Amino acid sequence: MNLDLKKLKLRSVNEKLQSIDRKTNSRKFTISNPEGNHAICAGLTENIEVTIKGHVGYYCAGMNQNANIIVDGNVGTGVAENMMSGKVHVKGNASQSAGATAHGGTLIVDGDTSSRCGISMKGIDIIVKGSVGHMSAFMAQSGNLVVFGNAGEALGDSLYETNIYVKGKVKSLGADCEEKKMDKKHKSKLKELLKKVGSNIKPDQFKRYGSARKLYNFNIDNVSNY
Amino acid sequence: MCGIVGIYLKSKKFEKSLGGMLSKMLVSMESRGPDSAGFAIYNSDKNKIYKYSVCLNEMSFEKFKKEIKKKVKFTTIEKNSDHIILKSIEKPNKILPILESFAEISLVGYGKSIEIFKQVGSPSNVVKKFNLDNFSGTHAIGHTRMATESAITTNGSHPYSTGEDECLVHNGSLSNHNNLRRKLKKNGSKFNSENDTEVAAGYISDSLKNRNLKQTLKKGLSELDGFYTFIAGTHSGFAVLRDEIACKPAVIAETKDYVAICSEFQAMAHMPNVNNAKIFEPEPGIVYSWGK
Repeated sequence: MNLDLKKLKLRSVNEKLQSIDRKTNSRKFTISNPEGNHAICAGLTENIEVTIKGHVGYYCAGMNQNANIIVDGNVGTGVAENMMSGKVHVKGNASQSAGATAHGGTLIVDGDTSSRCGISMKGIDIIVKGSVGHMSAFMAQSGNLVVFGNAGEALGDSLYETNIYVKGKVKSLGADCEEKKMDKKHKSKLKELLKKVGSNIKPDQFKRYGSARKLYNFNIDNVSNY
Repeated sequence: MCGIVGIYLKSKKFEKSLGGMLSKMLVSMESRGPDSAGFAIYNSDKNKIYKYSVCLNEMSFEKFKKEIKKKVKFTTIEKNSDHIILKSIEKPNKILPILESFAEISLVGYGKSIEIFKQVGSPSNVVKKFNLDNFSGTHAIGHTRMATESAITTNGSHPYSTGEDECLVHNGSLSNHNNLRRKLKKNGSKFNSENDTEVAAGYISDSLKNRNLKQTLKKGLSELDGFYTFIAGTHSGFAVLRDEIACKPAVIAETKDYVAICSEFQAMAHMPNVNNAKIFEPEPGIVYSWGK
């Protein structure tokens, strides 16, 4: 079913997609003429597939559960923010705070993301085929961030237990983030993530970054780092 | 909040529709800035004629016309709502003191190609009021304001112009504007409001005396403290700069015919062929410029 945002109101399109009857067989939707509108496909809960044809605005697919959302264009700030499960695939570039605070699911960005990608992520897997901007994975708590390209300044600042894998160059690491050894379990996890995007790149080509775990609890010796 | 927009035309194809395109951008950015709006539109230089953009405020057009006739030789005087464009071959160093002697009015800009219009009210009312749709030109910059640090007045509205054919719009806030204002005042700059952006505009005009726009903005990175995305216009084009934290958004679309910049993509969704444009976000701390 095609939903044309030139003819329909954004609110009615979202309401329709948010209240899918569990018994219905109609589970494929397209949205045309998004024209940079905000909050498209926010709060979906059912296992449906939605393809958005064009560039969208802020908070696209926010709070997603179960749905598979494909954006054939660029997205603005906070795509898939607070996603719980499901999959969001952006074919263009993403703006800042992609996948912010998300608890689960998978976010795939074919292009680049700007700053603060995966800020405070709590379990989501984010795979960026391009590069990520500064302060990515800031205060990231859990989940995986995979970057095929480069990472900007202060990667993983104040990091908790997220694993960051970067194939390209890292401009600088943030406080308490350090390069870590790639163990067997990390390689197999990364292989699994790369498989999700159909990539044949060998996990060995990536470097792993994680928390040095020095800022977890207050320690007077680290006071200058807080 | 605040919304900033700009269009730079690379070809003559869209010159006649420049006003219409900018108008749609401003209306679309009403959600980011409902308090006031303004725009600067550049139309190619004509010989030696200067254009002075003046907001009459409470003064009647007839009274102003009568008074100014006694003091200035001008070619035309055009009224557009509560603004007027005074055209004259007389140079700014002669005209500006005369305009400043009128206590009621505000000079909003001057130069050989720039015209500035700005007023309080919603962006949709402001663009209607000045008939922005009918304007043509080579490049234009606009702003929708959500007032934060100073009052909702015409003088508190953007764009700010403090030099010939120069203007600035700003999304963000500066934290060292009071100090900087004092320094610039010592060097002879004049300010009409308590607004932080006016200080940035004054800083740019002051710095442009010794360097070009790109060098000026680069230097600004270390001297302007705060959050900002700036669009700075000159007679030949404009430049864009985001601070190094880059909290304030901006997206640029470039085609063979134009460059468009907006706070949000939705403001440029109506631009011709925009879905096939090269679309990117300006990187923090890097000056982007178009035109000479």
